[in-house]
Amino acid sequence: MNYFPDEVLEHVFDFITSHKDRNSVSLVCKSWYKIERYSRQRVFIGNCYSISPERLIARFPGLKSLTLKGKPHFADFNLVPHDWGGFVYPWIEALAKSRIGLEELRLKRMVVSDESLELLSKSFVNFKSLVLVSCEGFTTDGLAAIAANCRFLRELDLQENEVDDHRGHWLSCFPESCTSLISLNFACLRGEVNLGALERLVSRSPNLKSLRLNRAVPLDTLQKLLMRAPQLVDLGIGSYVHDPFSEAYNKLKIAIQRCKSIRSLSGFLEVAPHCMSAIYPICGNLTFLNLSYAPGLHGNKLMKLIQHCRKLQRLWILDCIGDKGLGVVALTCKELQELRVFPSDPFEAGNAAVTEEGLVLVSAGCTKLNSLLYFCQQMTNAALITVAKNCPNFIRFRLCILDPIKPDPVTNQPLDEGFGAIVQSCKGLKRLSLSGLLTDQVFLYIGMYAEQLEMLSIAFAADSDKGMLYVLNGCKKLRKLEIRDCPFGDSALLEDVGKYETMRSLWMSSCEVTLGGCKSVAEKMPTLNVEIIDESEQMEFNLDDKQKVDKMYLYRTLVGHRKDAPEYVWIL
Amino acid sequence: MSPPLLGVEEEGQSRVSSPSVECISHNGLGIRERNYLGLSDFCSVDSSGVPDDNGNNLNLKATELRLGLPGSQSPERETEHCFLNSGKLDEKTLFPLLPSKDGICSSFQKSAVTGNKRGFSEVKGTIYTEKKWMGHGAVPDSQSLQPVSHGKYSVAQASVKKDGPANVVQEQPCTSNGTKVNRTDISNNSSAPTANRAQVVGWPPIRSFRTKTLTTSSKNNDEVDGKPGPGTLFVKVSMDGAPYLRKVDLRMYSTYQELSSALEKMFSCFTLGQCGAHGTPGKEILSESKLKDLLHGSEYVLTYEDKDGDWMLVGDVPWEMFIETCRRLKIMKSADAIGLAPKAMDKSKKDC
Repeated sequence: MNYFPDEVLEHVFDFITSHKDRNSVSLVCKSWYKIERYSRQRVFIGNCYSISPERLIARFPGLKSLTLKGKPHFADFNLVPHDWGGFVYPWIEALAKSRIGLEELRLKRMVVSDESLELLSKSFVNFKSLVLVSCEGFTTDGLAAIAANCRFLRELDLQENEVDDHRGHWLSCFPESCTSLISLNFACLRGEVNLGALERLVSRSPNLKSLRLNRAVPLDTLQKLLMRAPQLVDLGIGSYVHDPFSEAYNKLKIAIQRCKSIRSLSGFLEVAPHCMSAIYPICGNLTFLNLSYAPGLHGNKLMKLIQHCRKLQRLWILDCIGDKGLGVVALTCKELQELRVFPSDPFEAGNAAVTEEGLVLVSAGCTKLNSLLYFCQQMTNAALITVAKNCPNFIRFRLCILDPIKPDPVTNQPLDEGFGAIVQSCKGLKRLSLSGLLTDQVFLYIGMYAEQLEMLSIAFAADSDKGMLYVLNGCKKLRKLEIRDCPFGDSALLEDVGKYETMRSLWMSSCEVTLGGCKSVAEKMPTLNVEIIDESEQMEFNLDDKQKVDKMYLYRTLVGHRKDAPEYVWIL
Repeated sequence: MSPPLLGVEEEGQSRVSSPSVECISHNGLGIRERNYLGLSDFCSVDSSGVPDDNGNNLNLKATELRLGLPGSQSPERETEHCFLNSGKLDEKTLFPLLPSKDGICSSFQKSAVTGNKRGFSEVKGTIYTEKKWMGHGAVPDSQSLQPVSHGKYSVAQASVKKDGPANVVQEQPCTSNGTKVNRTDISNNSSAPTANRAQVVGWPPIRSFRTKTLTTSSKNNDEVDGKPGPGTLFVKVSMDGAPYLRKVDLRMYSTYQELSSALEKMFSCFTLGQCGAHGTPGKEILSESKLKDLLHGSEYVLTYEDKDGDWMLVGDVPWEMFIETCRRLKIMKSADAIGLAPKAMDKSKKDC
């Protein structure tokens, strides 16, 4: 139904930026589909194997920004073998051959080779922005190619990647003519950088707003950089170690005071706690503080720092902050929306750094809290119920009790009631990760109440297939389900195979599903790729359908079996 | 050899939490006190005469499993010490007590001592397999395996998870060896997951990048007494007459000169104060050069306590050797330094 000329509709669609909305728009009618696809500039692909680059290019010729995700989430925790897949090269190759004027590429959990980076840097004249999160496979040589060839580069953002650092001069490869940088984040690099080149680069980048340094950048260089870039909004400090009586430290204090725009602070990869007072002047404006890589900062120094941060909205911290420190957060950070507490010593049980008490304190003090990642020693039902009452706005609730099957230490009961309270109270909950001793009951609650739930992570939980069934039947908006070490078997898996087509992916490892069950799913649902990942060569010896499958990963796809799977991945 | 033993046990006890999980799993109890005892049992098991064969088995097993294992220094040492307690000379050759540097030449040394190269999940894989053996109860020397896995665990727990080709390559032999065992125990595992929870691959769910980075960070920021990491080496510096001590990171300096200047700056306030209190002859303002004279010249002498507990004059041995043996520093008045510095004997015994 078209009452307007195409150009008008196109103009209207320009205001629709969310991927979901644009997808909906394209489904209205053929003409809207056509207009939408020609005007679409940003595409998000949550699973790089769900579609092929050729089809993407064919549908969206005006593509400028592409986001791709590769490996399943559990790859972060070493559950997916190294060369499982997620290679970006074919994408870049295909895009390079086409007439797509790619400007932005954002990758997560993908394998990025130096060749890919080089090809990327040479193929797209207007390439502006490269964001790599949790990727691997490249070295600083690849970065050198990006620096050297992307003449209009605005953003180079490397987050938590495994980079083989050749200690080359990749920073020096930015030509003198490159003055367009807005964001530079190389905090994850472990090697030395050419400090002089870095200083010169920052000096000639007047638009630089975000700068995150790695450990190799010492305090006196930091001071020089800040003097040259007082307009920074986001700062990641590398090494923060110096004698508090030194000249460099005094200069740093002055430099920091000039940086009135800093709203986001991270890093402190090496830190001398007695030097923190220099930071206090900017703390009052901070909205994001990430100290999760700074184990050297704890105790009173840490608390004092936090007491200065009254406007904080997002806080990422290590559990050495302790329950007491979380109490300080609760009193100080009234605007807090997101809290992540990471373990500083994940394998040392008994260092009870944070417990349920800290979480309760934060929930009481920070009522705007909507996103939580919390690693703790223990949790009680009572605490969870209190948290649910205090903070009904949770969108993301990820709780990780370090002992995965630990019950409520006070009542010795499973944590079903606690999590049940969370899902019941937080009507907008989209992401949930469970831990602790859990029975089928918690899944009943999830199925009943978690209507908006999109992603669920389960480990070492449940008593029977019923658990999985409650979830599959109840959570209508479920997109990603990842399960490990639960007693879910074929009857749960096969109950409603059609459901998997409404989801992005399902991961099940160390469960009770058998080869036969997986084959059954694959047979019934040709639009799913059902992958069996088994490195033990067992699959070759024993093709018995009753064999339990170690790892199964299934996902919907429009392009059938992928061709780049390694030997130990069997696509049914 | 008693001081080292004591040192070991202290160190061991300071690590009480590390094998505690291990102990929970073995005993099937969640009581923490139990674990504490279990830990010291571990050390004493090793120090009491463990029969040769077992000792050797421990040793070899540890070697096998250790190949290329990434780990932090401290747990390495702890295990080394425990092994040494059983009085095996062979172990000394396998686990030389050199602090590991990044540039260790011998690859065997690397794998045995540093263990910095192996994927965490490989160890997990092996421990996992070991655990299965114990679970089966079919292993005859389950007793001796326990300490090994304790040791493994204490190494593993601080070790780093590593994604990498090495991972896959090394994982395969392990898993294929324990394939059948793995299978049945996976199902056992899901019904009895109380066993060895921290040894499970991928738990707790922390990105391997984070684990690796934090391991390096904590090594560098380690300020616990007598626990130097490869990144820093903090030692206490005391000065006669100063109300409190300071600490310096010896790795920040590469020559005696640098250390000396840093100490001068650090303790200048005390020297000034002191002289002021005692009424310096003359109204001279103490400048840095005067300070140097104080330290280098007559008034003060820099000494250090070495590993054997002896007080030595700073400056005799090469810098690298010095930082390896230095435990604490002391700025002594030359009057007190008789026997250490020949110069001091000539000086008067005036206070400041």
